[in-house]
Amino acid sequence: MNEPVRVGLFVTCLVDLFRPSVGFAAAKLLEEAGCEVYVPVSQTCCGQPAWNSGDKADTADIAKDVIKAFEEFDYIVAPSGSCAGMLSKHYPELFADNIAWKERSTKFAMKVFELVSFLTDVLKVERVEAAINAKITYHDSCSGLRELNIKNQPRKLLNSIEGVTLSEMKNPDVCCGFGGTFAVKYSDISNSIVTEKIENVENAEADLLLAGDLGCLLNMAGKLRRTGAKTEVRHVAEVLAGMTDTPPIGGKA
Amino acid sequence: MTKSFILEKLKAQINPSLSDETRRMAVADRLSKHATGVLPAMPATRIKRVNKFIEKVIASQATIEQISRRNASQAISEYLRSHNLPGEIRMGKDERLKIIRDDAKGLLIKDGRSDGQDLASFSHAEAGVVETGTLALFSGPDNPTTLNFLPENHIVMISENDIVPHYEDVWKVVRSRYGEGQMPRTLNFITGPSRSADIEQTLLLGAHGPIRLHVLLTRD
Amino acid sequence: MQITSPTFKANSSGALKDPQLQKALKHVKSNFIEKRASAVEALPEFDALRDSAVSIKNHVLENLDIYLETFEKNVTKNGGHVHWAATASDARGQILDICRRVGAKSVTKGKSMISEEIGLNEFLEASSIPPIETDLGEYIIQLRGEHPSHIIAPAVHLNMDQVREEFQKKHTHLPADRELSEPESLLKEARGILRDKFQQADVGITGANFLIAETGSTIIVTNEGNGDLTQSLPKVHIVIASIEKIVPTLEDMSQFVRILARSATGQEMSVYTTLSTGPKRKGDPDGPEEFHVILLDNGRSGMIGTEFQDMLRCIRCGACMNHCPVYHAVGGHAYGWVYPGPMGSVLTPQFIGVDQAGHLPNASTFCGRCEAVCPMKIPLPRMMRHWREQEFEKHLSPPSHRRNLSLWAWLAKRPKLYRISTALVARGLWLLGGFKRRTSFLPFAGAWTKHRDMPTPQGGTFVVQWNLGKRPPRSIETWRRVK
Repeated sequence: MNEPVRVGLFVTCLVDLFRPSVGFAAAKLLEEAGCEVYVPVSQTCCGQPAWNSGDKADTADIAKDVIKAFEEFDYIVAPSGSCAGMLSKHYPELFADNIAWKERSTKFAMKVFELVSFLTDVLKVERVEAAINAKITYHDSCSGLRELNIKNQPRKLLNSIEGVTLSEMKNPDVCCGFGGTFAVKYSDISNSIVTEKIENVENAEADLLLAGDLGCLLNMAGKLRRTGAKTEVRHVAEVLAGMTDTPPIGGKA
Repeated sequence: MTKSFILEKLKAQINPSLSDETRRMAVADRLSKHATGVLPAMPATRIKRVNKFIEKVIASQATIEQISRRNASQAISEYLRSHNLPGEIRMGKDERLKIIRDDAKGLLIKDGRSDGQDLASFSHAEAGVVETGTLALFSGPDNPTTLNFLPENHIVMISENDIVPHYEDVWKVVRSRYGEGQMPRTLNFITGPSRSADIEQTLLLGAHGPIRLHVLLTRD
Repeated sequence: MQITSPTFKANSSGALKDPQLQKALKHVKSNFIEKRASAVEALPEFDALRDSAVSIKNHVLENLDIYLETFEKNVTKNGGHVHWAATASDARGQILDICRRVGAKSVTKGKSMISEEIGLNEFLEASSIPPIETDLGEYIIQLRGEHPSHIIAPAVHLNMDQVREEFQKKHTHLPADRELSEPESLLKEARGILRDKFQQADVGITGANFLIAETGSTIIVTNEGNGDLTQSLPKVHIVIASIEKIVPTLEDMSQFVRILARSATGQEMSVYTTLSTGPKRKGDPDGPEEFHVILLDNGRSGMIGTEFQDMLRCIRCGACMNHCPVYHAVGGHAYGWVYPGPMGSVLTPQFIGVDQAGHLPNASTFCGRCEAVCPMKIPLPRMMRHWREQEFEKHLSPPSHRRNLSLWAWLAKRPKLYRISTALVARGLWLLGGFKRRTSFLPFAGAWTKHRDMPTPQGGTFVVQWNLGKRPPRSIETWRRVK
């Protein structure tokens, strides 16, 4: 019999703080796919706020902590394309000139995956048996899409759910305007971008908007609720895990 | 002064792991070999390539007709008439256009560069490139480059024998005619009539150059 | 031109409130993107061509000194002249000298972003040699006293009624009641006016898309034909080009030509690709009597060997701005200098200083769409991040932002304290959100809640709950795994 796959769940700071149900959904999906899930208690954040603010020293300190806490696992999985991209693409870039950490971060990076693509591409999961009756529209978060090539994987698993109809919005691959601190530093521009995004969401006439990154979801949910639109918002993991008994992000419409 | 300043600065910045000698050899090698890079796939047969050329010329919003060389004057006359243009044409002294002079069929032929008032001009292309329906014209004493731009109507004759698959094939023609590293003074690649989309992204033909480009493709 | 990059935030807020601009920007969002996508789809070799072009340009940059000398040698061999300009002011001076020497009274110009970079128009005007822009878009904005808002579609920020208004205002020699309702009539009017200017000009100035070292040729790629009339009708043709425009051979240039138009306008090939080699020759009925090439450095040599070297691969196609959500929102003028969009956010700090242009590399969501469509595969977001690093090192980023960042980083490095603090915040926000699960007002987050609600947390934090033993509901074997 095969040894179970040991997965370190990097839950991300936003899920930890705002939406633990996404963490539990991720854990459920991983366990049901045969993984042993571990949640190192020392995890905080991937370091993106510092990295994208040009603060390399703090980023490096945080990155080293993350690597130390997670490198013992077979895989490191995050329910976020953006954070998984940080761990797998940017840590090696960050340590490119650091002889001691270059190899260590590269070895670590090769074991890092975003949740949904880990299920489909590594664990070869073909379908999930969750139950939900909903018309769903899916937003491709930028980092997941362009850094990690996540496009068909979530759609494939969503389509395997009986009762799900996918209704593609116009330009699902265009940024929602979140961009981390961008949303507050350039809030007027961010607002213009998210306004167009939710127009496309609404035109898809879906009950539910899903994405794989909580940052984007908070942004789009915040705007949808502010404008009184009808579409509700969840993280894709919640639907895939069949855990939709919690109120949606930003509450009901 | 400035030249050496810029060059010294470049030398100081460029990756020091390669010696000047190595770099000079790499450059000389590239310049002498002029290796071909990636080439778009082409139809296998000549007939299919000619057909693709025709298709691409039309896609570029030019028009094209297949004629026999001795009917060139007639084709030009008919083209001008169909657009309500006078039977006048401006052209260079290119030998390949001589057939028009010999048998003008009532066309008034004006020689030399365009004065800016001509309504139509006539040129011979050196090559037609299949991949995009592009015409290659070389300037010279008998081929004024302004004929390609000033008149509102430009008629270009090209022989099927001069249809080539890729831009790179034109460079072979250039090198065989002018010599290694040598060029005609002006080489024009022309793909369709002049256009602009500067007003609200609306595509309009005839911005500064010709409003119409007509290709006479000859089988002989 | 006046630099307004430091007020990017105010510029962009103004742009967002400008209905004419917002209407015009809609064209960028749809047209360019769809056309590029279908052009790329129709050429299976597109990605291979990108790689090919990238490796050619990398090779050129590693050997740029040698290629520039080769290019100069071949221009001279063909009877042309090369002028080396280290700075914008050198280049302006060289152009003025040539114009004065030939007694130029009027100068026509083909579209050139380099001439914008060196502020050529203002300079020639001040020297009493008024330059006339001949590209339709450039002509329109010159009439309006504006600068390009896009590197290949300079007047993309304008609507037709604005163009009509300007023509009626400036073309006073024409009957006031003339028909100008259609874009065709506007084009025809500009064509007629510029036709005379082409014929009268003493000097024609163009940029160059490429310089071929092998032959000493300069190349312009255009759709209108104005560049060709600019360079073939006057007695003197001056090409102003930056040093990184070099490609080794005709074959190498062909690789670039295949990706340039497809990335820019979505055409398979621009209408006119013109290679000029030296002045007119013996017996030539037309062409310029003098052929000059100004090779402009303006700080580019200093980018080689640095983290910004890859930016010198840029072929100025505009695909990055055509696909940029920030450019779509605010347009090009908000960026406050010559180069807008993602490529401008990398180049502008290089030219005017990161202290002046610090906003530009920050005003990006790092969505990565620019890099994805860049034919030269320039890692634009990474370079913007390099500028952010420089700002951080030089303490140029706003103090409040630095304070928040360092407090957060301090906490992120102390997991126990982090757990306690986040638990408190989660609980507090949860209470604030109540049953609605959101709040429309949040202290210290006014920039967020000005435009949107803040969804509130679920109460406890994940890591704490997990470590207290909470687990997801275990179901029966619901996965079907394919081995």
